[in-house]
Amino acid sequence: MRWLANGVVLALVACGPTGNETGGGASGADSQAGTPEGLPAQAPPQFSFGSEASAARVAMWDIDVRPDGEGLPAGSGTVAEGRQVYEVHCVECHGATGTEGPNDRLVGGPTWEDSVPSPQTVGNYWQYATTLYDFIHRAMPQLTPGLLTSDQAYAVVAYVLYLNEIVAEDAVMNAETLPAVAMPARAGFVVDDREGGSGPIR
Amino acid sequence: MSVEISRRAWITTASGVVAAGLIKTQSDAVQLAAQQAPSAPPVPRVPGSFPSNLGARAPGEQPRRIFGEALSSSSRTPHQDLMGIITPADLHFERHHGGVPSIVSEDHELLVHGMVDRPMTFRMADLMRYPQVSRIQFLECSGNGGGAYNRDRMPTDITVQALDGLLSTSEWTGVPVSTILREVGVRRGASWILAEGGDSALMSRSVPLDKVMDDALLAYGQNGERMRPGQGYPLRLFLPGWEGNTSVKWLRRIEITDRPTYTRDETSKYTDPLADGTARQFSFTMDAKSVITFPSFPFALTDRGWWEIKGLAWSGRGRITRVEVSTDGGQRWVDAHLQGPVLPKCTVRFRHLFEWNGRETIVMSRATDETGYVQPTVQQLWDARGPGTAYHQNHQRAWKIASTGEVTFGLGDLV
Repeated sequence: MRWLANGVVLALVACGPTGNETGGGASGADSQAGTPEGLPAQAPPQFSFGSEASAARVAMWDIDVRPDGEGLPAGSGTVAEGRQVYEVHCVECHGATGTEGPNDRLVGGPTWEDSVPSPQTVGNYWQYATTLYDFIHRAMPQLTPGLLTSDQAYAVVAYVLYLNEIVAEDAVMNAETLPAVAMPARAGFVVDDREGGSGPIR
Repeated sequence: MSVEISRRAWITTASGVVAAGLIKTQSDAVQLAAQQAPSAPPVPRVPGSFPSNLGARAPGEQPRRIFGEALSSSSRTPHQDLMGIITPADLHFERHHGGVPSIVSEDHELLVHGMVDRPMTFRMADLMRYPQVSRIQFLECSGNGGGAYNRDRMPTDITVQALDGLLSTSEWTGVPVSTILREVGVRRGASWILAEGGDSALMSRSVPLDKVMDDALLAYGQNGERMRPGQGYPLRLFLPGWEGNTSVKWLRRIEITDRPTYTRDETSKYTDPLADGTARQFSFTMDAKSVITFPSFPFALTDRGWWEIKGLAWSGRGRITRVEVSTDGGQRWVDAHLQGPVLPKCTVRFRHLFEWNGRETIVMSRATDETGYVQPTVQQLWDARGPGTAYHQNHQRAWKIASTGEVTFGLGDLV
């Protein structure tokens, strides 16, 4: 995203890792006497109240997956395997074909060319296929999250993408193929342009 | 108590009894009141209850959040029952993405890692040892008020709680995230964080690092005590002025990154489809907004005469500088009184005294914040965004007062 590449990065360089003084929460606290924001002048460079985290400890919790595939685990799954996972773990909330609900509809929906995409589905509104893996792996099935193995998660991602006619029936999803999936909705998103002030309402 | 009662007795017995010289003491007055004004409240003649280790509300004062069916994921603050700006912690709104987890504070850990020099874990005792700050700030769900946006389904019999109850204000206490990032040493090139909760959904959001360094808090206190489980106990991220879901509750992990992660809740949810076929993303800030909490449905004005219009105004971009009120459906606007304190990224209570003449009319409010932004009309939002957005509906609300005094909801000329 364009704005990510400039404004935010520059702001960070200005702040740096010791940016409390510049960060300062100017908007939040300076009107409230007796609650100084940031650190007192005599604060040491580090307090070291926490504990160093080992690489193994980090790896145990670092589960997120990014659009470029960073964070995707080993393993793989096919559309056929995904159908089996879906029918056991997903069908009750998302319906036999991913359109019936009662929870979020996963399949189909109008394209962005028609108008506002509603209902919003994986096919017409999800930007990145990697997000599907990340979310299913972390949060689904809703009542037993964390139940699926990596292979099962890859497989059900493959199946939902297949139902949306985004991948072929013989598709195999893994750490290499999943980031390469082109999602129909990817181009539609724009950065928030609201900015306060007396200009036009956005 | 007896002084209060005796005043009432003096009033009810008034001139005749006093003039006749029948009252010499307060007790005479009370006895006379009991004889001559049987409707007066009784005087307690036995000592009351003892102190206790935990206070309770008066039996007749039992404000409640409202929520939907059994699997509802949100509950709403009863603004019609509240005063001032602070929301009692047990009435703070809730919006959960995987229910409220049961977390023991002593067992909780925050992992901070990614583009840092020293990946670290912090237990609550560690975090609570860092220099502490407290700030009074609002939290609002970006879906708050969505019930007043659909042109074809505009309700009239809806309460301010049901419509705008996904807003609450607390004094939040914690340690600035910037203090903790100083401990771990953020590496050059970092520009975002990923914040992850410890609920069953491991709810996660990406946040620009400049916001984190500016005023983000690792909050563990709410209104003078440890925060409630429904608000993220034992630890939440708190991002002043930003849509509520970014203030990730039950916070267990912060990863420093150089790009957003594009989680489910910043792609397929909490984005805003616009009429031009695009969707707005990372729409973090809650724009200026105001709501009248009295009069509102289902109150009724019981007689003509003086009534005080009361409400709340807030902006995620700073202080509220002005709230205007109209008592004639938006033809004329007058400045309401802003009752201090007026704090940045915080609700302010506004008041306006109004003499109702008994005729049907419409009362409205509109807020202006320190950037000069004026709370828009619903038509302005429809024109700018089209019908498909489900978040950030901060347009002006209105209440119609019927000639009977009954109050119903509407939107200005659309009432």
